[in-house]
Amino acid sequence: MGDSKLDLLQGTLDLMVLQTLSAMGEQHGYGIARRIEEVSGNEVLLNQGTIYASLVRLQQRGWIYAAWGTSDNNRKAKFYSITRAGRKQLAEDTSYWQRLSGVMGRVLAMQNEGGAK
Amino acid sequence: MSGLLRCLLQRTRAFLGRKPLDDDLDAEMATHLEFAVEENLRRGMSAEEARRQALIRFGGIMQAKEQHRETRGLPWLDILGQDVRYTLRTLRRDSIFTIVAVLILALGIGANIAVFSVVNAILLRPLPFRNPDRLVRILEKDPKGGESSMTYSVDATREIQQRNHSFASVTGYFAFTGPDNFKLTGRSVPLPVTGLLVMTNFFQTLGVEPELGRLFTSEEGLQHARPVVLLSHAFWKSRFAANPSIIGQAVSFNNTPVTVIGVLPESFDFGSVFAPASKVDMFVPYIEEDFRHDGNDLALIARMKPGVTLGAAQAEADELFPTLDFDLTHPEYKPGYTGRIYGLKDYVSGRIRRSLIVLWCAVGLILLIVCVNLSSLLLARAASRSREFAMRTALGAGRGRLVRQLLTESLILSCAGSLAGLGIAFSLTTWLAHQGSIALPLLSSVRVDGRALLWTLFVAIAAATLFGLAPGLRISRVNLQEALKESGPSTSEGRKRDRLRSVLVVSEVALACVLLIGAGLLLRSFLRVLDVDLGFQPSQAAAISVDYDDGNSADKRSAIWQEVIRRVSMLPGVETAGISDNLPMSRNRSWGISAKGVLYHEGELQATFVYIVSPGYLRAIGMRLIEGRDISWDDSPKSQKVVIINETVAHRLWPGQDPIGRIASVSGTDARVIGVIADVHESSAENSAGWQMYLPATQFGPEGAQLVVRSKLPPSSLASGIMSTLRSINPGQPATEFRPIQGIVDHATSPRRFFVLLVGAFAALGLILASLGIYGVIAYSVTRQTQEIGIRMALGASRSRVQLGVILKTLWLALAGIAAGTVISLALARAIASLLFGTAPTDLLTYAGMALLLVAVALLAGYIPAFRASRINPLVALRGE
Repeated sequence: MGDSKLDLLQGTLDLMVLQTLSAMGEQHGYGIARRIEEVSGNEVLLNQGTIYASLVRLQQRGWIYAAWGTSDNNRKAKFYSITRAGRKQLAEDTSYWQRLSGVMGRVLAMQNEGGAK
Repeated sequence: MSGLLRCLLQRTRAFLGRKPLDDDLDAEMATHLEFAVEENLRRGMSAEEARRQALIRFGGIMQAKEQHRETRGLPWLDILGQDVRYTLRTLRRDSIFTIVAVLILALGIGANIAVFSVVNAILLRPLPFRNPDRLVRILEKDPKGGESSMTYSVDATREIQQRNHSFASVTGYFAFTGPDNFKLTGRSVPLPVTGLLVMTNFFQTLGVEPELGRLFTSEEGLQHARPVVLLSHAFWKSRFAANPSIIGQAVSFNNTPVTVIGVLPESFDFGSVFAPASKVDMFVPYIEEDFRHDGNDLALIARMKPGVTLGAAQAEADELFPTLDFDLTHPEYKPGYTGRIYGLKDYVSGRIRRSLIVLWCAVGLILLIVCVNLSSLLLARAASRSREFAMRTALGAGRGRLVRQLLTESLILSCAGSLAGLGIAFSLTTWLAHQGSIALPLLSSVRVDGRALLWTLFVAIAAATLFGLAPGLRISRVNLQEALKESGPSTSEGRKRDRLRSVLVVSEVALACVLLIGAGLLLRSFLRVLDVDLGFQPSQAAAISVDYDDGNSADKRSAIWQEVIRRVSMLPGVETAGISDNLPMSRNRSWGISAKGVLYHEGELQATFVYIVSPGYLRAIGMRLIEGRDISWDDSPKSQKVVIINETVAHRLWPGQDPIGRIASVSGTDARVIGVIADVHESSAENSAGWQMYLPATQFGPEGAQLVVRSKLPPSSLASGIMSTLRSINPGQPATEFRPIQGIVDHATSPRRFFVLLVGAFAALGLILASLGIYGVIAYSVTRQTQEIGIRMALGASRSRVQLGVILKTLWLALAGIAAGTVISLALARAIASLLFGTAPTDLLTYAGMALLLVAVALLAGYIPAFRASRINPLVALRGE
């Protein structure tokens, strides 16, 4: 579902969430959102609420799973963690992104070669 | 793939169980905000500011929830659900509109399903035999002499079987089976039974397997074989209570024990395929040797070998048939057979294909009218809803979303209409399937089947799109500001919409006009058919099949017939009575007749319908003797043979001469012409009369006896008296039916009656719908112009002037529609020319009559709003709104 079309923004957020969970381990929605904001140096203007659509999507695909637990400050919260399928997907998406950004970098670095007169 | 499937599954689950998921999300979001507030507090914000910042960072809570729902569930289904709920609510609120719309749709769609079911059964569905496309029917190329020139002799059939290379098997049935030709005996009252004689390979050739028992073996077609019978499913059920142990038992037919060897499946209905509107109770082997010297009596059916085409079979028949013998014991007699090979399906339903297609088109027109009508209704509704839609647009609904909502509405309406229509179609088809008196092939197999359901679905969706799209697009294009600003109906509002509705109504009237003219032409043809001088008087006459045993003695037969006629004539109320072996427009056979001593070229003579009759028969059936005398009992077996001929024969054999007293050769026997009668329509009301002759039963051998009784009393009141008279003469007389002759004529005209009735009903429906459409448009425009009319009346316009204005407008619409409809009809009428009888496709009277009818109905539809307009009180109108 939706795999055929690369919605860049949607895909970006999903990948960020996966990477965050992979790096930090178990985490709740607020934690993930905050972490992404921190890492991006607040360069991404993220409506934190949108993260939940991303989370349910990743969950439905079986890349992460969720369970209610208790936070450090004793609050009930829903914690997400990455699954094995999620890690595999993360690896795939990462290499895809790296290739894409490499290509984009080269294309955008292109000089005027004076081919067409 | 499995991931995809899982997603779909989870989404479906999420769609179905939204409540727990929503609660879960709510809790999660609440925690999220608490975390954020806490962090902000730690940063030193005030409690209020901390909460505000947390909410800002979170973004819209409702949007996040909506996004969540859309991601996890099935959003399009959600929207559909909303649309459906909304539609149901609005439709319920507007219940009169809903009822009218669904009713109109139900009629239109129901008629379509019913007609499709008929077309499906008769034209589309294959015949209920194995590989039915390989089956063919073999006929003479130019069958002028009725059944006798559509059949072949035993020897000819055998030769075809032996010498052809095209057919895997050739079979036939005895074409001269009359109804009630057997009697089930061994009980107190003998029961009349119709038994068909078929060649023993008949069912194997068709590929029909018995439901119980077995089929005939070839030995059972030999002389002196043990008599056996196969029962039709219906007869087995009604007479033997569907008792399976009947197989192998002997049943007494005509006082002879006959062994039941099998029961045919329910799907095999001989009558519906080969002889519409007749029923066959059982099948017995055709003993070839018994019929070898009887002439043409086998109707042939064959199965082509695989790979053989109709063309190839025809080419072979063209070579083979002219060389066939009539009777091998008389090799000198060359019958000059021809053979035309028809695909069986083509033969069975080909003749009514055009009628059915016309019917299909008529019902399609009805659907179009229904759609136009609904379009118009929806547009009217749209006017009152434009503000609702403007409001929704203002609140952010996209145009696509609005069109979708409107299409959902039309779909729901059309689905409701289809469901009701299915009900109508179901009862209609069930009724039709049990109309044994309509002589249309395969009618008994008409039912609403899977294919008809698919067709319904298609019709429902097509109709919904057709009538929903135009109003939908128009509504969604409303000018926001205008619509919201508008404070009520005004004169300037919706001129365009008004024009669109007028166009719709004009096209509706045009379509109705086409239907009416078509129906009018068919009706006029039908009336012409009813008006045809048949050559006999079907009213006040009835016939009954008489059983007798003359032991093949002409003297004995003469005595029995005389006694029957004498006794029956004495019954109170009976004017006259007579006997013939065959009645007009029913079973027939033909012999040859020529003037004695004249040499004829090939093609000058024609197969001649022959009727073996008693004295008085001509008077009883109401045939008119033009000159000469009737047969009398004095024309005895020993005296000179006599014959009565019809005018056609007289003109052809003795042109310009008086035929009375001349000697004719009747199938090789000399007979003196004693009378000439007016031509009788012997096969149908529509075909012109063929060659006919009437021979005395005292001198020639009849095939059965039909007692015709003329009386002013209804047949039902005479029946018991006649039956007891017949019983007293012959205790073995079975309980045959005393049928009005009119029934025979009705049977012959029943297909035309059927089509006229249906097309007429559709035309009436079209007329009603068109008048509804006119009424709707005019009434609406009057309502909208209330103020305007009020002003005009205040300025001095009289009531009649206002009325005239409205009526003129109606007239305009109607005349525009009639003009368009007439032009279309003139173009289309040629296509139904072959279905007309004695009526030109440009018949002025029909066109004028139908146009007048439409104008009258339109005026009626317009008068009600016109009357209402003239009652408008200027004061109230100007003050109001």
